[in-house]
Amino acid sequence: MRWEEKALAQEAKKKGARVVTIDAKILTLDSTSEPKQIRKEFGDVALERCISYFRGLHVTAYLEAKGLTVINPHEVGETCGNKYLTTLALEKAGIPTPRTLFAFTAESAKEAAAKVGYPAVLKPVVGSWGRGVAPLKDRESANTIIELRDEMDGAMNQIYYIQEMVKRPPRDIRTIVVGDKVIAAAYRYSPPEEWRTNVARGGKTAPCPITKELEEIVLKSAKAVGGGVLGVDAMESPEGLVVHEVNNTVEFKGASQVSEVNIPAAIIGYVLELAKR
Amino acid sequence: METNCGECGGTIKIPKDAVVGEIVSCPDCGLEYEISKISGGKVELKPAETVGEDWGE
Repeated sequence: MRWEEKALAQEAKKKGARVVTIDAKILTLDSTSEPKQIRKEFGDVALERCISYFRGLHVTAYLEAKGLTVINPHEVGETCGNKYLTTLALEKAGIPTPRTLFAFTAESAKEAAAKVGYPAVLKPVVGSWGRGVAPLKDRESANTIIELRDEMDGAMNQIYYIQEMVKRPPRDIRTIVVGDKVIAAAYRYSPPEEWRTNVARGGKTAPCPITKELEEIVLKSAKAVGGGVLGVDAMESPEGLVVHEVNNTVEFKGASQVSEVNIPAAIIGYVLELAKR
Repeated sequence: METNCGECGGTIKIPKDAVVGEIVSCPDCGLEYEISKISGGKVELKPAETVGEDWGE
């Protein structure tokens, strides 16, 4: 349980809701269970906050099949937890997003990197906190990194996601979307000796104004993946804002430190609204 | 609240607002534990999971 889940549970209790925190690690789910029984155990609405993407995704599918409202819905989780699907959804909706090439073997990945041009970025399709995100600075380092990826276990490691390196300042923008509102925005600055801006890697946040341009692109991105409670990340490219990621179980500790809005309270307000329906 | 590390015996202090599922670590050996139960001022720990490749937000 992270800082975020504790804050969410506290806010829900403050608002007088009956809160049950359920640990997916000790859960057994029965395909034949009656929806009524599941509703009794899990409540009217479930806020999925698993730290493990696949675990959360599968619990969500189960609860939805049993008739529960889950935030975020399975389809949203599937799209956001997989960068490949996120890019496709953003591109389809006409949202500015970095150009990305996909490849399915090491050989074709090397060609893709050359085609997108150096420096490029190789990202794991599933993963977070900037883990395994590697800059491909030139042909030599690209080939070596791709060869190392080729030796890694796991079917997902054979899906290559190679993105143009956006010429951005040493920061990006984390926004928090709740329903149809952008409730908070924060710049995330990469720490010394690091190019990634993830707060989990030591990135520092600073207040960021929610401009009309930012609000528009962020809300459009949230809608493109299905909406809900989301963390939409944008970069300032020379051509304007580009959205590169949408997070399904958004972490907001960093944004909370520089935002005047009570982020967990806003999320719980949204959850309780859905529970009333 | 306090408890002892199962590995090295060091004292692990449990914050007042701790909840089940929270991660605490031993200040002596650094081993990480997950709080599995809190009742009657006593806390039970189990070894924390290692970070999975699908962990995050």
